[in-house]
Amino acid sequence: MTARTGRQRQASWNEPIIMEMSVPGERGFIPPGLDPEMGAPESDALGAVVGATAGVAGRDGTSGSERSVAEMIPAGIRRVAPPCLPEMAQPRVLRHYTRLSQEVLGNDVSIDIGKGTCTLKYSPKVNERAARLPEMADIHPSQPEETVQGTLQIMYEFEQMMKVISGMDRFSFQPGGGSQAIYANARLFRAYHGKRGEGAVRDEVITTVFSHPVNAACPATAGYRVITLLPGDKGYPDLDSLKGALSERTAGFMVTNPEDTGIFNPEIDKFVQAVHDAGGLCAYDQANANGILGMTRARDAGFDLCHFNLHKTFSCPHGSGGPGAAAMGASAVLAGFLPVPLVERRGGAYRLVYDLPDSIGKVRAYHGAVQGVLRAYMWVLSLGAEGLREVAETAVLNNNYVLKKMLEVPGVGIPYADRRRIEQVRYTFAKMLEDTGVSTHDVRRRIPDLVTHYWTSHHPFLVPEPATIEPTESYSKQDLDEYVAAIRQVSDEAYASPEFVKTAPHDSTIHRIREEPLDDPGMWAMTWRGYQRKKVRGAYAGAGASGGTADGQDPS
Amino acid sequence: MLQELGISSPEDLFADVPPHLRVKGLLDLPQPLLSEYDLYRHTKRILVQNKTCADYLSFLGGGCWQHYVPAVCDEINSRGEFLTAYTGDTYQDHGRWQALFEFASLMGELLNMEIVSVPTYDWGQAAATSIRMAQRITGRGEVLVASVTAPERLCIMAGYCGPSATIRTVPHDPATGLLLPDEFEKAISESTAAVYFENPSYLGVIQGRAPEIAEMAHGRGALCIVGADPISLGVLAPPADYGADIVCGDLQPLGIHMNYGGGLSGFIASHDEPRFVMEFPTRLVGITQTTVEGEHGFGEVAFSRTSFIEREQGKEYVGTGTSLWAITAGVYLALLGPQGMKQIGEAILQRTQYAKGRLGQVPGVRVPASAAPSFKEFVVDFNGTGKTVAQVNKALLGHGIFGGKDLTQEFPALGQSALFCVTEIHTKQDIDRLAACLEEVVAS
Repeated sequence: MTARTGRQRQASWNEPIIMEMSVPGERGFIPPGLDPEMGAPESDALGAVVGATAGVAGRDGTSGSERSVAEMIPAGIRRVAPPCLPEMAQPRVLRHYTRLSQEVLGNDVSIDIGKGTCTLKYSPKVNERAARLPEMADIHPSQPEETVQGTLQIMYEFEQMMKVISGMDRFSFQPGGGSQAIYANARLFRAYHGKRGEGAVRDEVITTVFSHPVNAACPATAGYRVITLLPGDKGYPDLDSLKGALSERTAGFMVTNPEDTGIFNPEIDKFVQAVHDAGGLCAYDQANANGILGMTRARDAGFDLCHFNLHKTFSCPHGSGGPGAAAMGASAVLAGFLPVPLVERRGGAYRLVYDLPDSIGKVRAYHGAVQGVLRAYMWVLSLGAEGLREVAETAVLNNNYVLKKMLEVPGVGIPYADRRRIEQVRYTFAKMLEDTGVSTHDVRRRIPDLVTHYWTSHHPFLVPEPATIEPTESYSKQDLDEYVAAIRQVSDEAYASPEFVKTAPHDSTIHRIREEPLDDPGMWAMTWRGYQRKKVRGAYAGAGASGGTADGQDPS
Repeated sequence: MLQELGISSPEDLFADVPPHLRVKGLLDLPQPLLSEYDLYRHTKRILVQNKTCADYLSFLGGGCWQHYVPAVCDEINSRGEFLTAYTGDTYQDHGRWQALFEFASLMGELLNMEIVSVPTYDWGQAAATSIRMAQRITGRGEVLVASVTAPERLCIMAGYCGPSATIRTVPHDPATGLLLPDEFEKAISESTAAVYFENPSYLGVIQGRAPEIAEMAHGRGALCIVGADPISLGVLAPPADYGADIVCGDLQPLGIHMNYGGGLSGFIASHDEPRFVMEFPTRLVGITQTTVEGEHGFGEVAFSRTSFIEREQGKEYVGTGTSLWAITAGVYLALLGPQGMKQIGEAILQRTQYAKGRLGQVPGVRVPASAAPSFKEFVVDFNGTGKTVAQVNKALLGHGIFGGKDLTQEFPALGQSALFCVTEIHTKQDIDRLAACLEEVVAS
């Protein structure tokens, strides 16, 4: 195919806020109404109230009764004024949300490689079709086991796949996303050391600064003091710095590998060994696993626990920010601490197992986001062992190709330049800032004009003026060239007319926003009612867009 | 591309993975199904073993509920743009931001509150975070939780709050399922950060004395947290109106399929006070203006609260939540409007009372809380039938019915009792069929 030419731009519908769209009397959906035939059971006084009311309700459910059925609710907790929801006909609701959807650069729409660490790849539509079958969508989590054998079989078989992929011995799919899996791993640390009588002593968890922020936040939430290791010359911490942090207080170590820089720590098994020698546990955050699938396994490096983000590596759609899903794996020693229930097969039937004496209990209700498990199962089954390896190889090849092309762009560099990269790269635009005054935040605002994504990075910005790019296996060489061409165009603009980039966006869905209201309690508004109240008070007087460097968005 | 990189094989790019950590050969995975047709057929053949709540008449609730999902809800959450987006900023994903802001705005009207979070995993997590927020706001360590709280939620809450809080349960009236303000009065002290209760409660009872408990909490400098079912709020007062400071609950009833529990989505709401706003760990979408008169844009409010910025110094932790369900719930509220929410609340209220009365007529079966109104759920007591809930449910299954959720483990004091759920999808014929089958089952 030939390269795309000519101007492309994002959709811009200028849709009102839905709260402004009400037309009194319009209806979008009429629910089943009161049933006039539900006569009062004789023995029940309350039923009599219902019966009397229902008897005069219209058959279309539009209750015409002066004596509302709601009168049975005690006065103090009965709704008096109806909620000020908009009144809208169904086609208008549909049109509004369809237009909003068109103002979103989802992965189906754009070359979405600019959001490193998030592993945006193609989510196969056939998996979506299966996930939306009534046999998945319309089953209740408390149904008898014999009526959900299909789903339990999928969970069981996917667990067998994940055991092979990771080397771990048991899996739970209960966590609702990668962060909750990391949190659950921190809880496992507690339960394990608690059982051994060392819970009070072992109160520290160690992580690295280039591991996702939740590797620090989750153990803190679970009550741990957190020690964060900084990288040495090679881009990852020196083994000695880890050893210096280890002590009898160490509960465990949580790490991403490759780290968010894309650099793989080749001494990882020595790190794990050192932590074990100090009596701690090791949890592998495999959010960045896409480049190492079928290449290297968590358990083989000695890890006790790991998790995979099914909405990243395993192709489940990211859903505008969830629901995600996670697969949380444990070694045989720690399997008994996993959240319940687990799935097992006995006598040809699948069943849920709750009787794990050491279980941390529940982190999420029921069985997790099982529709994600189904999609991930189908994804693995569509690939097989060779296919999985090819995913990793293609993703890493794509990344290294983009890396080479990016380094040809003026103003773009990388830290730890002598190190290889696996599936993503944290770049630095520090030279561009120095040469032109254009920062990574300016680039972030200009790139959407070119109909694609750009994300700075997780904090702290240890790499100055950062951007993280992760080209997964889903993109062709031409796609990658197109993305790099967009970066190059912005670089050219920065060197020729920096003010143009600094005043971006110029051609996006909307114009430059005022950022200061977002951090000002007198102005911030998180609902339309709050906005109206503050606007009336004159909080927004003196409009004008602000520059700001507020990062706005960090993937997770 | 290989040429461009001057290598002969992608293998060369993995030189940093040392040989002893490499997988030797290929993983032992099933043979792939390369054809889309083969893959779909294989998967579907497994899934059709399931019996759905469309095949069977279901009375299961207790944390996940069967409501009708309007077609437009599925249409919008299937849109590839929403489905496959993640976290682009307002210049990349303007429509996503607007849909999330609108969700919060619509929920804000339902709840009569100005702050509504981007939702977290589920109600349990939302309640657990609400409690930790209350602890940070008040600087106090103890939380009183109604004993009639959903046990699974309580387990999530207790596990999550373990490092920072003591959770004390406050007994309810076992005969009626009602909360007892006197018991809260006895338990509350100057170290109470918050009281937490659900209205309607886990057992479906509408709690008429909720305002007294809220007032009592405030009188002792504690906060009042209420867990609420949003689909009840067309007929029940928003908890903020009777004193709730933080409200949480699940969005699943609002146009989201059950998905075997994967449709859950926990919201947290509060009033617009900085001491509350700054304690949310979740994303909060704020509206702002652009350089063009009348045009709006969006951004993260007070983002430095979060662990994205502050790592272990942030408020708890935040990651991927359940935004697609938030967008869907917004669509649902826009479709139903004020009239629809009132009607659906009335319809559920009516069907619940009818079902309570009707099942109470089955010989040997008792519906103990029938003196207080119930919403959507109610306890059915089988102790007088000489049969266990397990036996009853097994027999019902033979009639193509999923009976109520077995409470024997969760509330042993109730003996052989089950929690039945009735929503707008149930007709009189459905409930009568259940009653007739129960008559047959208990008589056999």
